[in-house]
Amino acid sequence: MVKLKSFLRAMITKPDLNLRSSFKVFNRNLKVFRKTWKSNLMFNFLEPVLYLWAMGFGLGIYINEINGLSYLEYLAPALIASSAMFATTYEMTYSSFTRMGYQKVFHGIAVTPVSMDDIVLGEIIYGTFKGVVYGLVFFLVVVIFGVVESPLALLMIIPLSLMALIFSNLSLIWTSIAPNYDSFGYFFTLFISPMFLFAGVFFPIENLPEGIHFLALLTPLYHTVAIIRPLVLGQLSWDFISHLIWLTAIALVTLRIPLIMVKNKLIK
Amino acid sequence: MPDNSMTKAILAENLTKRFGTFTAVNEVNFSVFRGECFGLLGPNGAGKTSIARMIFGFSPLTNGKLLVFGKDIQTEARKIKAKLGVVAQEDNLDPELTVKENLLVYATYFGIPPSAALQRTTDILSFMDLSAKINSIVDELSGGMKRRLTIGRALINQPELLILDEPTTGLDPYARHMVWQRLRQLKEKGTTMLLTTHYLEEASQLCDRLIIINDGNILAEGTPSALIESYVGHSALELETDNSKYTEIEHWCSPLLKTSQNIGNTLILYSDQGQNLVDRLTTFLGNNRLTPSYQRLRPTNLEDVFLKLTGKTLETGDLQSDISEEGGYYHGKA
Repeated sequence: MVKLKSFLRAMITKPDLNLRSSFKVFNRNLKVFRKTWKSNLMFNFLEPVLYLWAMGFGLGIYINEINGLSYLEYLAPALIASSAMFATTYEMTYSSFTRMGYQKVFHGIAVTPVSMDDIVLGEIIYGTFKGVVYGLVFFLVVVIFGVVESPLALLMIIPLSLMALIFSNLSLIWTSIAPNYDSFGYFFTLFISPMFLFAGVFFPIENLPEGIHFLALLTPLYHTVAIIRPLVLGQLSWDFISHLIWLTAIALVTLRIPLIMVKNKLIK
Repeated sequence: MPDNSMTKAILAENLTKRFGTFTAVNEVNFSVFRGECFGLLGPNGAGKTSIARMIFGFSPLTNGKLLVFGKDIQTEARKIKAKLGVVAQEDNLDPELTVKENLLVYATYFGIPPSAALQRTTDILSFMDLSAKINSIVDELSGGMKRRLTIGRALINQPELLILDEPTTGLDPYARHMVWQRLRQLKEKGTTMLLTTHYLEEASQLCDRLIIINDGNILAEGTPSALIESYVGHSALELETDNSKYTEIEHWCSPLLKTSQNIGNTLILYSDQGQNLVDRLTTFLGNNRLTPSYQRLRPTNLEDVFLKLTGKTLETGDLQSDISEEGGYYHGKA
């Protein structure tokens, strides 16, 4: 009860932020990323490519069309979003947990003029960046597979960024309460994998049982895919607006929470 | 002209830190002046780290007032932290960066321009005798080198106040002396330092003034020599013999005694007149036909002061701390 009260009080308190400081933290992470990006990118990039092969070509040849699209056209754009989702969530769970826990990198930075709020925002910016990078790399694959039909497709970077931001926030919230590495298994099994499977990446959510439709509608992945898929195929739609509003709103609403929770975890 | 608060690097008034119902620091008052090395001496769990953390803004105050360079840490932490160098108790070097990058990246947090940062990095690594390791990754360094790098990293912003929390805990004697040597050189250059330690030798070697803390309370304050002078005198006579006679011995020697202490089976007699005390004791032992199994006259030190004040030795908590340091990354330790 006391904890909830102090949490709610923190929610309406202005964070101690200096955007330049946050970017210093982002740059620190970027510096580390530059050392390992080759092997790092490969690892995260290979998996969706395998999915694309297995589902798009293997399974896909048995599917004539899905909502008027070939299965490859249906699946490939959605994998851009899920690829970004996985990149961000891995970074903001396992890697952030390592930085704030075992490595004590946050502790080292927090005694400089950079505040803990700056550090967490820097992490969020980095998680978002990483999702967008992986999304873009997979976008190239989709281009190579010949699915992209219009330069409009590049606009997908907007919903992609918003989605990656949301996953940064949500993952860091989980990370702030995770007691150990094993607990991330729950995060992936309970939230991330079901989202990947049921939020409109592999089949339309209309095929889900009536009663649980709304669950898919509550996922950031669904709204992102709902924009990116038509965009990649060169279509614009008024529906984009409501999806973008949803993504923006959730991104903003969840942004303050990890700042409070990580601080509470580290500063006693 | 700088007023009084400006000559003070730190001013703590009724400084209090509680974790739930546990009081780690209890209404503590002290000041640290510019240019001095100020020590917080006490066993593990005494509240030293809690005090240090409050000063470098990592731990909010429960109560009281804490000014650093005349500014309130609770409202102006950023400005204060820009002038601090902090060496935390646990290693928190950036393990994903090289030695050089650790300093260069750290410099960015202070907004130091890259060219100046590079120059300082070179200077610091040479001062810390780490130039040969400039491109090594942190994990390749020995414990002593890591400590020196952590201290070097804390110097990157040319701090006006260096806070060292147990800077040599866990180091072997050689590495410890290397660190002490560097800290003495920094002291000679006029760097203000706040040092927490449970090594009396570290405190006597480095500190101009210190407070002795136990269970969150200050027990004594002063220069090492003044503390020794006023609490235990110059000499300590350690004695082991039939302990049923200890009260009698204390009584017999009392004209010469400053104080005395009985730990386990050892009686320690403190006096300013060591040799006279030995003579007087010898008479008593002869009269009572007692043969001591152990007897030694030695100069007193801060440990004796601590012993006198608390009835326990500084090293009591030592073993526990080693275990808890290895026991996991999280440290809620006071």
